[in-house]
Amino acid sequence: MNLVQRSLAVPAVALDAVECTFPVTGSTEESYTAIRDVTLSVADGEFLSIVGPTGCGKSTILNIAAGLLAPTAGNVRVFGKPLAGLNSTAGYLFQADAIMPWRTALQNVAAGLEIRGVADKQRHASARDWLRRVGLAGKENAYPHQLSGGMRRRVALAQTLIVGPKILLMDEPFSALDVQTRQLMENELLELWEADRKSVIFITHDLEEAISLSDRVIVLSAGPGTRPIGEFVIDLPRPRDVAESRLLPRFLELHSQIWATMRDEVLKGYRQNERS
Amino acid sequence: MSAADGALSPVRVAPLRVRQRRRRAMLVRLLRFSLLLALLAIWHVLTDFDILPVYIFGRPLGVAQQLWSWFSTGYIVEHLITTLTETLLAFVIGTALGLLFGLWLGLSDLAAQVLDPFLKAVNSMPRIVLGPIFAVWFGLGIWSKVALGVTIVFFLVFFNVFQGVREVSPTVLSNARMLGASRRQLLTMVYIPSATSWVFASLHNAVGMAFVGAVVGEYLGSARGVGYLILQAEGVFNIDAIFAGIIVLTAFAYCLDQAVSMVERRLLVWQPQR
Repeated sequence: MNLVQRSLAVPAVALDAVECTFPVTGSTEESYTAIRDVTLSVADGEFLSIVGPTGCGKSTILNIAAGLLAPTAGNVRVFGKPLAGLNSTAGYLFQADAIMPWRTALQNVAAGLEIRGVADKQRHASARDWLRRVGLAGKENAYPHQLSGGMRRRVALAQTLIVGPKILLMDEPFSALDVQTRQLMENELLELWEADRKSVIFITHDLEEAISLSDRVIVLSAGPGTRPIGEFVIDLPRPRDVAESRLLPRFLELHSQIWATMRDEVLKGYRQNERS
Repeated sequence: MSAADGALSPVRVAPLRVRQRRRRAMLVRLLRFSLLLALLAIWHVLTDFDILPVYIFGRPLGVAQQLWSWFSTGYIVEHLITTLTETLLAFVIGTALGLLFGLWLGLSDLAAQVLDPFLKAVNSMPRIVLGPIFAVWFGLGIWSKVALGVTIVFFLVFFNVFQGVREVSPTVLSNARMLGASRRQLLTMVYIPSATSWVFASLHNAVGMAFVGAVVGEYLGSARGVGYLILQAEGVFNIDAIFAGIIVLTAFAYCLDQAVSMVERRLLVWQPQR
């Protein structure tokens, strides 16, 4: 491999033998190993989905990639450099509402630019533009509680994208939405992504969502000690429409392949949830 | 946070139409006024017909006369200004200290753990007992009353701010950090606005408590203030003047509470209407 090829091959985020252990509350000795021996990477411009049974530590992996959580063992590299502290090249779309309820949609979207010291006029113009791009023109002065769940997601998306992150971390971002809104937002996400191809790590428990969005899907085992147990390249044509691509024979083929790997883990996950 | 446009329409509008709502508001006002008149009338009748002894319960007309003479001669102005100054100083100083300490302990686990038993002990102490010691330390002027008020207001505000900071949504916090916020920016963008609603919940009580501090301080020893007036009236068994003093204090405490509500509505426009 020559130098040029190697530099091209530097992944956006690479986790190497990462382990993460939490102390059990109310005990000084016991601990819970959420993930163990996790090695995975996302290439520059790649859309990677991670699927796994509920409670398997998917969010832990994302928090480690974001630098919000330090791994107990193993190391994390971002564009080849070891990650120390927060991952400043990443934007994070949380599962729960994370926008500030005391700020209007516009002020929320502009927050990242405000933090970077961009002048009032400029950041408001830019925020207005982003609100329009996520389909919220006219909602600039609405407070989060005046917006629907889908609209709040759009504000969060605009808020994350306005600062131009190279990596996008998404933690079941659409799981709280109704089916129709969800498909709309998945298509919008794909459109935005096609425009400037960021690296995406997309966490979901919904296999269909994972396949229809991604270039590659990684399946996780049930916890504790979660690790990747399968990897599938999704070779569906792009640009995609999430609803239409679900009707392709190749989609069904991939779905049954991945599901075969996932099924046992999902059952294991259920049994563990019942026991605890 | 820049001020809201004010052009926002309330989200949840009552199911009543505008005209019906206006009529309802009129009715409520009318009923309130009637209730007040009725209570005064009952008081008047009971004391006028000697069903209740006048020398203990006073007379509404006597109270009105007393109020009129206080305000028309300007006699009460000096006393009122004294009590209001004490109250406002106690309110402002207590709130500022409460905010500062609440933010500090809310953000510093170590300080919170170390100071916890002390704060709980001081808070469970009935702080009125500090009155005499403050009189010795700060004299009989306004400052002993301010000090008493501050000790009461401080804890009310402090515990609420502390709680408010502790209950900041961890997701909102992580999100702001991922957007690149520094520690100081987290404070101004997340902690302070998030704690605001908690602060206002405590400010309503704090206004009343600041008055308690001022008036009790005046009871304990003073030469000026509405509390002093009430104490003087009690000394000569002038029940009407006692009631008049109580009414003046109540009216001003109510006004201050309304002022707090006004500021609250201004600052908390982002909250769903309760």
